[in-house]
Amino acid sequence: MADAAVLAGPSTQTLQWTKKDLLGLRELSAEEIRAILATAESFREISLRPIKKVPALRGRTVVNLFFEPSTRTRISFELAAKRLSADIINISASSSSLAKGETILDTIKNLEALKIDVVIIRHAASGVPHLLARHVSASVINAGDGAHEHPTQALLDLLTIQQKKGRLDGLRVSIIGDIAHSRVARSNIWGLMKLGAAVTVCGPPTLIPPHIEQLGVRATYDVKEAIREADVLMLLRIQHERQEAALVPSLREYRLRYGLDRERLKGAKPEVLIMHPGPINRGVEMDSSVADGPYSVILDQVTNGLAVRMAVLYLVAGTSKAEIPADE
Amino acid sequence: MSKPLLIVGGTVIDPAAKREGRFDILVEDGAIADVKPSIRAREGLEAVDAAGLLVVPGFVDLHVHFREPGREDKETIETGSRAAVRGGFTAVCPMPNTDPVVDHGGAVEWVRHEGGRVGLVDVLPIGALTRGERGEELTDFGELFEAGCIALSDDGRPLANSLLMRRALEYAKLFNRPIIQHAEDPSLSAGGVMHEGLVSTTLGLKGIPSESEAVIVARDLSLAELTGGWVHVAHLSCAKSVELIRQAKRRGVRVTCEVTPHHLALTEEAVAGFNADAKVNPPLRSEQDRQALLAGVADGTIDCIATDHAPHTDWEKDADFDSAPFGTTGLETALGVCVRALVEPKTLSWSRLIETLSTNPARIAGLDGDGLIAGKPANLTLIDPKAPWTVEPSRFASKGKHSPFAGWELPCRVVKVIRRGEVMGSDPKGV
Repeated sequence: MADAAVLAGPSTQTLQWTKKDLLGLRELSAEEIRAILATAESFREISLRPIKKVPALRGRTVVNLFFEPSTRTRISFELAAKRLSADIINISASSSSLAKGETILDTIKNLEALKIDVVIIRHAASGVPHLLARHVSASVINAGDGAHEHPTQALLDLLTIQQKKGRLDGLRVSIIGDIAHSRVARSNIWGLMKLGAAVTVCGPPTLIPPHIEQLGVRATYDVKEAIREADVLMLLRIQHERQEAALVPSLREYRLRYGLDRERLKGAKPEVLIMHPGPINRGVEMDSSVADGPYSVILDQVTNGLAVRMAVLYLVAGTSKAEIPADE
Repeated sequence: MSKPLLIVGGTVIDPAAKREGRFDILVEDGAIADVKPSIRAREGLEAVDAAGLLVVPGFVDLHVHFREPGREDKETIETGSRAAVRGGFTAVCPMPNTDPVVDHGGAVEWVRHEGGRVGLVDVLPIGALTRGERGEELTDFGELFEAGCIALSDDGRPLANSLLMRRALEYAKLFNRPIIQHAEDPSLSAGGVMHEGLVSTTLGLKGIPSESEAVIVARDLSLAELTGGWVHVAHLSCAKSVELIRQAKRRGVRVTCEVTPHHLALTEEAVAGFNADAKVNPPLRSEQDRQALLAGVADGTIDCIATDHAPHTDWEKDADFDSAPFGTTGLETALGVCVRALVEPKTLSWSRLIETLSTNPARIAGLDGDGLIAGKPANLTLIDPKAPWTVEPSRFASKGKHSPFAGWELPCRVVKVIRRGEVMGSDPKGV
């Protein structure tokens, strides 16, 4: 019964969750983001129990619909659904009928005819979750769409920073890497700004998208400057395709100019947090000594990802008035 | 021949004849017989009551896609013609990027024949500039023009090869007809789906910079200057292109150009929420670009308005933004959108609007464009300037049931279209 008291939590009751879908952080208010983080905070404890399961979503059906290869996000969602006792099925692009020429709306309408409750979607094209949300009555959770948003990644980043720093308001966060093609960067920009953090984006000019400063962030090409002032450093993955598209001359060149190694880290604040959404390109955007070093919270991010995804599933699928239940 | 018509009581706006005011028009044998402040009715004349209406020369659209042959599920010459009549057009110029491509005389003749069989608007084909629109070898220009093409273009696919463009402009001088360029540098626009700017950055969509258009416009103006050939730039979208053409016209370069109603009325903001109905190529650009286009129409740098009517099926448009095809319908909303974007803010007078919708495009298409004077074909559009209506794409005559203007209230409607003396149809319930 002690659990129930913990789980009733400090702030889940302050806001009634009303949104059917989670498409991005841009559309959320600061209160809504705080409500998700508070819910996640209370769910974190479930994974520490010997029996890591609560009946919150028993009888609900969740579909993991992944059109892009993903291991960590898909598994994180799958485990989140299972710990809430939902039934979950995984559909990946290779096994889907899209390969056979079916449109994405046909696929989703077929799934809906099977009476699913939540669909978690990952797609290489920006806006696919929004398209689905317009056409189905099931809840849609965006697990990453193109270069647009990846809201649960940003939420787990926010939760990690909050845990480690005790606050978000007034912190300076530098996001370094391929900003132009990063949905993680965009979701984090919205989430961090809404919760009062100041955001700097940093990368070579070819990887900084046009007009990004109009979103309210600062942009710099100077990695030393981005490192020097930050309370949190978020590094993004540099993909090999970027080199092919002539966006960076070579990965070596990127590492030399922007890679985070022990030497560059010397210019950082003493209590800096180092984050990365994974998977890491060791030896490109960061050195192993940094990734595995004392400032790295990369594995805390993964742990928090599970709690955040449980919270999101619970909020969109569960009745908003329900108390978070204790174990059976 | 149809019965003689007497169009009574309308306000004639005819920029070519510099006429604006209350006139009656007598139509006999498909031609204008007389235009006078008052013409007495007589036996055997069919009267057309135009009281309260504007009577203007029929609109000419230099840029439509009727998808036939090949994609009859998107549009046919018949459904496209119906849409054109509803929009007030008496002549339309279909682009050759069909399947197969209209790149030889037989194909041109088929399009014209089908246009004639439908018999609602004059269908004046544009032939392909290169075989199969592959951008490799020029088509047989002489054969295409003799078969009835009014211009040549690889629309949809820009001609990237500068030497080929030079030769095309040079060789087309034989026929005194324009080469229409869809100005886009394919390496700069590759993968892009909307204007490169704040909205593309926010939505995480790949942008197409304005320079993708401007660099080709600059190149083609140089080549037109070099060769003395006539280049017509299709669907201008950005401030830079307008300025380049303004300067080139001052230097005497032989260039004409067009702009679409959607580029005059909308900006990149229309894409917000991943609205694929606003996915067009060239993309809707910034407000600053839109203002430059309006100014270009106002000062005559931009000669005419063309719709780039490009219908698609619902299932194609109802996809994610990256996968949805470029293009919007335009014929049935053109007039109302132009009045809203140009006439209501007093950027353009009604007379200048009619010049850009009728007189100028007619001249570029090689029609006489002399307006409503005795002896000329009686191609007329009757407009009720005070008849607001709400755009409902599901009610379009076009097979394309999509429009970025869905839900807009437009201020005026086409009431009747008379083509060579024959009443072709009236208001959206007709045709």
